[in-house]
Amino acid sequence: MAIDWKKYDPNGCYDELISTPGYARAAARNLTAWLRKLSDEDLQTRKLDAELAIIDKGVTFTVYSDGENIDRAWPFDIIPRVIQLKEWRRIETGLKQRLHALNLFINDLYHDQKIIKDGVIPASLIAKSKGFREECIGIEPPHNVWAHICGSDLVRDSDGTMYVLEDNLRVPSGVSYMIENREVTKRVLPELFENNNILPVDDYPDQLMAMLQSISPNKRTRPEVAVLTPGIYNSAYFEHAFLARSMGAELVEGIDLVIEPDGYVYMKTIKGLARVDVIYRRIDDSFLDPETFNPDSVLGVPGLMKAWREGKVALANAPGCGVADDKVVYTYVPDIIRYYLDEEPIIPNVPSYRCNIKEEREYVLANLENMVVKPANESGGYGMLVGPQSTAKERAQFKRLIRKNPRNYIGQPALSLSTAPTLCDNKLEPRHLDLRPFILQGKDTYVTAGGLTRVAMKRGSLVVNSSQGGGSKDTWIVDTEKR
Amino acid sequence: MLSRVAERIYWLARYIERAENTARLVNTYHFLLLDMPRGTKVGWHILPYIAGSSELFNECYQRQDERNTVKYLLADSINPASIVNSITMARENARTSRDELPGYAWEQINELYIYTRDNVSTALARRGRFSFLTETILRCQQLTGLLAGTMSHDLRYDFIRIGRNIERADMTTRVIDIGAMSLKEEDEARAHDVHVWTSMLHALNAYQMYRKDVQLGVHCEDVVGYLLQNNYFPRSVTHCIDQIEESIAILPKYKDPLAQLRATRRRVDKIKPATLTAESLHKEVDQIQIGISALHGQICSTWFE
Repeated sequence: MAIDWKKYDPNGCYDELISTPGYARAAARNLTAWLRKLSDEDLQTRKLDAELAIIDKGVTFTVYSDGENIDRAWPFDIIPRVIQLKEWRRIETGLKQRLHALNLFINDLYHDQKIIKDGVIPASLIAKSKGFREECIGIEPPHNVWAHICGSDLVRDSDGTMYVLEDNLRVPSGVSYMIENREVTKRVLPELFENNNILPVDDYPDQLMAMLQSISPNKRTRPEVAVLTPGIYNSAYFEHAFLARSMGAELVEGIDLVIEPDGYVYMKTIKGLARVDVIYRRIDDSFLDPETFNPDSVLGVPGLMKAWREGKVALANAPGCGVADDKVVYTYVPDIIRYYLDEEPIIPNVPSYRCNIKEEREYVLANLENMVVKPANESGGYGMLVGPQSTAKERAQFKRLIRKNPRNYIGQPALSLSTAPTLCDNKLEPRHLDLRPFILQGKDTYVTAGGLTRVAMKRGSLVVNSSQGGGSKDTWIVDTEKR
Repeated sequence: MLSRVAERIYWLARYIERAENTARLVNTYHFLLLDMPRGTKVGWHILPYIAGSSELFNECYQRQDERNTVKYLLADSINPASIVNSITMARENARTSRDELPGYAWEQINELYIYTRDNVSTALARRGRFSFLTETILRCQQLTGLLAGTMSHDLRYDFIRIGRNIERADMTTRVIDIGAMSLKEEDEARAHDVHVWTSMLHALNAYQMYRKDVQLGVHCEDVVGYLLQNNYFPRSVTHCIDQIEESIAILPKYKDPLAQLRATRRRVDKIKPATLTAESLHKEVDQIQIGISALHGQICSTWFE
């Protein structure tokens, strides 16, 4: 027998599958009952099957520090994480609300800046933002949407409340792994799909394609969409290729694109030049166009910004939308929702302390060992301090960093992230996790059914990033009412 | 299909073919020289000349001896056409167009790369040379077969075929040129002709097929005729050109490359091997090489730029 659920102890954290020792949450009941019947050997076999499937399918990711070996097999745990459909519907509405408000906010910043004039957001915040791009002022992208693809990280605290930890609006990645995780799970745990109503996730590429075509500035029955990748050495190259393939779009690099004298963007094909209407760009703003931004960039396309500004091509996400992907701006999102939508936020923010405000900064500095400190403009878990697991030396270093550049840091109380049973050396043990759903906004708005669950594979660890040894799980949205 | 993808696939095929051909040429030459009497003028120095890079070779090496030549052709990072470099470039092209290729092809290329990188030093001495070169040839052929047997024969595969055959045609003309040069230098010793031409057939894997087809023994004009004009042997210049024509004709915008190809084909057709001297053979081969190189130029400007 693989597991005695009575002996499974999440150590005071909210567990996604088990409510009290021995009792599963409603949506997870079939899963836990089935796991209980499984022998140790059987569980191991399934685990090996999953590993093989991942290698066969070539699901990889890249770690920059790994030298020659640029592709590693994707780390995956076979035990799914389960969320009840009823709860999910509420989260879904909350995520749409959030992205709507953020897009209104970005659009406002590049036009009248009413929110600043009305005193909701301090002007200094935007003036010092790395993501604010002068070049974008006055531009009106289709549907007034700037952030078309958003990956918001959700975490659950010990009382069961789901919080938004951050919004990734630049080039969020992970959605291909969400789809691959489901494919693998269907291969290795097929029995469970028969008796559960699990929402499918594989419509994402269709939804993405429809959204991208809906923002085409050019009237055409079938707008030409291309995925712009920095190339094979980028950590998310697997995903770029995956999405292009599953949408039937071309996967292009900067050198494949050219701006012709008519101002439109073309890709070089063996048939000649073919006009591109929408570019799903997976490279950062600053590398997009050497004429406008970083002149040394060989990844971008000279003149691309001009073509975008003239409305000849759509870029998703739009340049400049990173202004809202800033950890300090994040702390204002509840106010932003209230200001533009006149609604209360459905999903709360993690309580946050802004180091640019004196009282809040002093609180952070005084409580470093209980806080998580994050730089405003980093992603991938780089450059942050996890207070409870830090050394005195690290804390002293962060004190200096915060004092030197307070605008660049926020502090959050270290939450006790929720857990789920995870297969570790033959045994199911609780491990901390988060969830990254993906939200699309073009003409319509769409949220993935669940998202990518990332799990910290080390006991007690709160760091779930795959670049730092995290793993992943399939995420099930289960309808328990439909039988 | 993106021009960049087409270009990478084309070069992938060329580099693999080049590595295989170079390996076979060095292997054959190695055995030919063992048969030659001492003091003969047929020597290793011909090989860099034939590869079109004798100037570079002479710049880098003082002595045109066996060790230096073999090192230059197999392992040298300075020689862009060395086996190790060809395979490294093939791997780089495969890596950056991986999604267009069958998954096993990438693994195969990667293994080939690791094999040549780790073992090439054993081939610098005579003793380990044969097994390294044979293994390299086999692995290249395995890859060619893998692509032929597992990849859709669509436009992507056309660029593989074009690349492979243009490289083959080019190598065949170079091998004929080696024969021509050996004749020229050895006029006092025509007795070695048969050895030289037999080796040239071996260098193209053509010996057995030639014997079946020609049955007259190995004579200069018969070998030259076979390697240039035979319709069935896969490495004869005519056969390669026909293969390229089949692929080119189904691509868009084929007019200019096709015209160039047909001009070269006519030139090959017109050659009458029995009337050639060493001198005129060399000139003819030179003209064909110019034609092939012009065809490459047309392919680049039509589809890759």
